[in-house]
Amino acid sequence: MSTGTVTSAGPDERLARVGLLKRVLLKPELGALIGAVLVFGFFAALSDVFRSASGIANWLDPASTLGIMAVAVALLMIGGHFDLSAGVQTGTAAITSGLLTTYYGVNTWAALAISLALVLAIGFVNGYLVVRTGLPSFIITLGTFLMLQGLNLGITKLVTNTVQINNFNRILGYDVLHAVFASEFTIAGASFQIAILWWVIATILGSWLLLRTRFGNWIFATGGDANASRNVGVPVARTTISLFMITSFAAWFVGTTQIVRLTSIQAQAGFGQELIYIVAAVIGGCLLTGGFGSAVGAAVGALIFGMTSQGIVYAGWDADWFKFFLGAMLLLAVLANQYIRRFAELSRR
Amino acid sequence: MTDEPLLEIRNVTKRFGSVISLGGVSTTVRAGQVTCVLGDNGAGKSTLIKILSGVHQPDEGELLLDGRPVRLGSPREALDAGIATVYQDLAMVPLMAIWRNFFLGSEPTKGWGPFRRFDRATAIETTRRELLDMGIDIRDPDQPVGTLSGGERQSVAIARAVHFGARLLILDEPTSALGVKQAGVVLRYIARARDRGLGVVFITHNPHHAFPVGDRFLLLNRGKSLGDFAKGELSPTELTRMMAGGAELDQLAHELQREPTEKAPQ
Repeated sequence: MSTGTVTSAGPDERLARVGLLKRVLLKPELGALIGAVLVFGFFAALSDVFRSASGIANWLDPASTLGIMAVAVALLMIGGHFDLSAGVQTGTAAITSGLLTTYYGVNTWAALAISLALVLAIGFVNGYLVVRTGLPSFIITLGTFLMLQGLNLGITKLVTNTVQINNFNRILGYDVLHAVFASEFTIAGASFQIAILWWVIATILGSWLLLRTRFGNWIFATGGDANASRNVGVPVARTTISLFMITSFAAWFVGTTQIVRLTSIQAQAGFGQELIYIVAAVIGGCLLTGGFGSAVGAAVGALIFGMTSQGIVYAGWDADWFKFFLGAMLLLAVLANQYIRRFAELSRR
Repeated sequence: MTDEPLLEIRNVTKRFGSVISLGGVSTTVRAGQVTCVLGDNGAGKSTLIKILSGVHQPDEGELLLDGRPVRLGSPREALDAGIATVYQDLAMVPLMAIWRNFFLGSEPTKGWGPFRRFDRATAIETTRRELLDMGIDIRDPDQPVGTLSGGERQSVAIARAVHFGARLLILDEPTSALGVKQAGVVLRYIARARDRGLGVVFITHNPHHAFPVGDRFLLLNRGKSLGDFAKGELSPTELTRMMAGGAELDQLAHELQREPTEKAPQ
């Protein structure tokens, strides 16, 4: 205690005021929200199309599929882990469904179930290896990432003699799949991808899971201090493995969205995306060290990504500038996070 | 209150490979009393805690809870038996709110099936009440544990253990990292837990913290028991002497004294 006696009400009120400021600053998504408003204002001032309904539909589209992944990756990061294989798993899911249906004539629903089971198994293996070996998830998933990258290409070439799987729209039940994964809805004359709706649902679900359930408490605890969590009876291993499997499920969903929408899939689909997911989650306020972050923040991080990638095109600039903007945003976000974490941790007296 | 001890430790031995971490240690803990375990670094204090909290199982000897032999196979089993351990690192997550930490691993839920959720209102309210009962006036249960002082954190951890029905509280060096004033705060909470009828095992290497609250003292040195004393049988000076290894301390005092006495005449 800095002022000796603590019985009087005076210092207590003073501390309560600091507490309020701290509470606002400690909202992980705060920085991302401010950033999103600034980015929107910037591009909206530069381009009319950017702020029109069709423009909005246009930049919400890349944000949506990224956002679904970013929410899952954010949960995993809050739980203290990375999944570098998340991007390539979207390709693995789509390629599996595509090959099974178009080349082997497997029933559509069975094929989708098999590809889901496959990526969930990959997620389980990622999680299991991380839990059992105690090695950084960065290394473990780098391994699975490279393996899957090779398998995706190798198997696609082996079966199709090309690097692409086509004709997914000729399979049984494509209409139903299209309605679920790739249909469009119209608002104010512009047609929006249904993935945007799934993105919103994923954000709500992720946020609910994180903040309102026991599992959410375990995610924060596992990422914050795995040892302490274990000591009070948190099932750390189960939580970690579940998080990897949630990420895999999101990858399956996004991969399926892609193959249904494009009716074809490239063997390299998803390569390199894993870092973009992490960028979105970090811009959204997730700490790289785990234990802190939010699903809403990650979704907003994806939104910033979508706005920037399309905004640069609308502003009439070369698309090469996009990477620069994204990098600058990431750096700013990390610096802000660093400050917030110090604020939370170093004020212990 | 019956005279039967809450917990009795009988000739407990633990080996790790060829190293005897703990050899034939015995003591008792009674409800409403504090048993202090004293020893220097490497004396076997941590091993003893880990046996009591179910992390390790003894190779020889036994634990008796309410006079009945028990086997504590895991930390969960120890908790279910009413033995709560407050670790040195506190088992708290600094970035999480106090109420989230308070219920970590034992979250109350409401709702059903997929709608089963963390009962936040109950958790926040219970945290506030329990802390107040222990005389801890936290400003806001929503603030991260990282913003609390060391003494406050210890107190929250003790309040948590008391709330979750601990009958036996094991405190692993709760005062070692604290300043004089903060340590005093924690000692007061230990006394309060004792007055509530809990049995307390207080592990420390500081006899000045142990003596005022302790009813019983178990002294460990290099994994061996130097004795198990009731309060009246030992003075604070003797306690300190035995802890530091008696003769060794005399030798040390002798060494340290010589130089100034030689220099003094010049």
